[in-house]
Amino acid sequence: MSSVSAFLGRGTAMRAAAAIGLLAIAIFAVPHLAGPDWITTYTSVAIYSVVALGFGILYGRVGLISLGQVALLTIGCWAGTRLAYATSLPFPVVLLLSGAITCVVGVFVGLPALRLSGLYLALVTLMFAGATTIVLSVTDFPNGGGGFTGRSAADALTTSTPPVRRPSWANGDVAYYRYTVIVCALLFLLALVHVATKPGRAWASIRESEPAALAAGVNITLYKLWAFALASFMAGIAGFLLAAQVGVPRAITFQTQDSLTLAATALIGGIFSVWGAIVAGVFNQLLPFLFQAQWGINPNFLLIIFGAGLLQVLLTAPGGLVDQVPKDLAKLGRLIFNGVRRLSRPRQEDAK
Amino acid sequence: MIEVSGLTVRFAGITPIDDMSVTFPGGTCGLIGPNGAGKTTFFNVLSGFVKPAAGSISAFGENLLKLADYKRARWGLRRTFQTEMAIERLSVYDNVAMIHEHSGARRSSRRADVLAAIDFVGLDVSPKDKVGSLGARERRLVEVARAVVGSPRVVLLDEPAAGLPDEETAELSEVIQKIPGRFGALVVLVDHDMTLVSACCETTAVLDFGKLIASGPTAEVLRNEHVMRAYLGTEAEL
Repeated sequence: MSSVSAFLGRGTAMRAAAAIGLLAIAIFAVPHLAGPDWITTYTSVAIYSVVALGFGILYGRVGLISLGQVALLTIGCWAGTRLAYATSLPFPVVLLLSGAITCVVGVFVGLPALRLSGLYLALVTLMFAGATTIVLSVTDFPNGGGGFTGRSAADALTTSTPPVRRPSWANGDVAYYRYTVIVCALLFLLALVHVATKPGRAWASIRESEPAALAAGVNITLYKLWAFALASFMAGIAGFLLAAQVGVPRAITFQTQDSLTLAATALIGGIFSVWGAIVAGVFNQLLPFLFQAQWGINPNFLLIIFGAGLLQVLLTAPGGLVDQVPKDLAKLGRLIFNGVRRLSRPRQEDAK
Repeated sequence: MIEVSGLTVRFAGITPIDDMSVTFPGGTCGLIGPNGAGKTTFFNVLSGFVKPAAGSISAFGENLLKLADYKRARWGLRRTFQTEMAIERLSVYDNVAMIHEHSGARRSSRRADVLAAIDFVGLDVSPKDKVGSLGARERRLVEVARAVVGSPRVVLLDEPAAGLPDEETAELSEVIQKIPGRFGALVVLVDHDMTLVSACCETTAVLDFGKLIASGPTAEVLRNEHVMRAYLGTEAEL
């Protein structure tokens, strides 16, 4: 039995080492890749990875399809912006408050999930995303004004709106990128701890079969809402990180279809693994940047690519790219290895 | 001991359980009957998935019907289902630990309890193997391990041997027979395999069309005329 427990620990240790290595690369090496105009895109990749991770937890772990995750990001962005203009609270406090406010909203959005699942839940959450877009298009983001909306009409058309503040020691784009990566890494850690412990096992049980989970003593209401709370908390924190990244958030940049694109990229990346969320962040933010800013192609073409990619994943690789690519690479490696061996064999015979 | 009295379940127009009164004294008790007799419905009443129209169930002095469904596991009720319910994406260890976590058992003894349950059912795979990678026999044993971990008081096994070849059924039979002695739990076994029921159960109750038609020592019950008629049919019924 002791050898068994040792074995259980070794895999975790190796994964932790890989994660720390990857984090070090993200913090120290990535900012030096390509030009300085890329750095804000890298920040967005980290932010959207967290949102994709929330989607992955809900769908991959609990089996709940929520198409409102980007709407929750928007709410976190709004709440954080409002707090940042209205108060002088330290940045991490505003960050946590944005997460907490979004968490409460997310739990309310999750309430229908206690009765609905599958397509119906997807529709309800998509309607929530649509409603968020509509409300936002009327109120727009706070710009330092008073009242609940925090928006002053007089300042709206000027360019004098001060940007949402960043942490004093992470004001520059590179420093803020590093700050974001560290916060996102902590959120990933939070998610991993959940998945590997009691809530994760309870979620897996609910996903497998609700009657069996009930018979096992799982409080299904509690654990479903817990999943929504976690995913929303993460989206809320990501929202304020995004607010401080863009400086002056604008309603026009958040569209209902973003929630759908996020779901598609999360599925392409892989919803059963937290690494899939990082791939989703790259697809969601880096590819549009490459298309538009680097190659001058209309980024809307990406929707077609994502659609084809989604079809491919759903049909042949339900585990997503993070699951499929290593398998394919191993297969390719074997193919090349066998090919080389076959080619070298006749030569050995000649030598004889 | 489980005492069921006057239990009646109605689903719009049909009565899957009709005024059933029976006592499961302890040890391993069989519950048999043809398809549609109400066996699984009875399990669903015990689990809290189905609310009975009338009747009461007292298990070890506890009014089971008053307990909320998800609290019955904590009380000590365990069950398996006709379809496989071991969680494919989780490891063997996590599958069993998951039950332990909601059973109210002490956290400090979790690892030892879980490994002991895996050992008890005779699983010879690594606890960290994913259940999805196991064969039918191992997955069935994982389900039994899930049913015995964390101080069970009542273990409901719903056709645990369905689809298993004879030698694996014999192996399972040995495991089931050891449950009451090892864990002090009362086992209720539903199965169509009479060899398994005879081997495991001291007493057996027989349901037919929702009515209890016989109960008592297994050997006697299986020789009972009404039971044979329910299973084999008679000319009068034809």
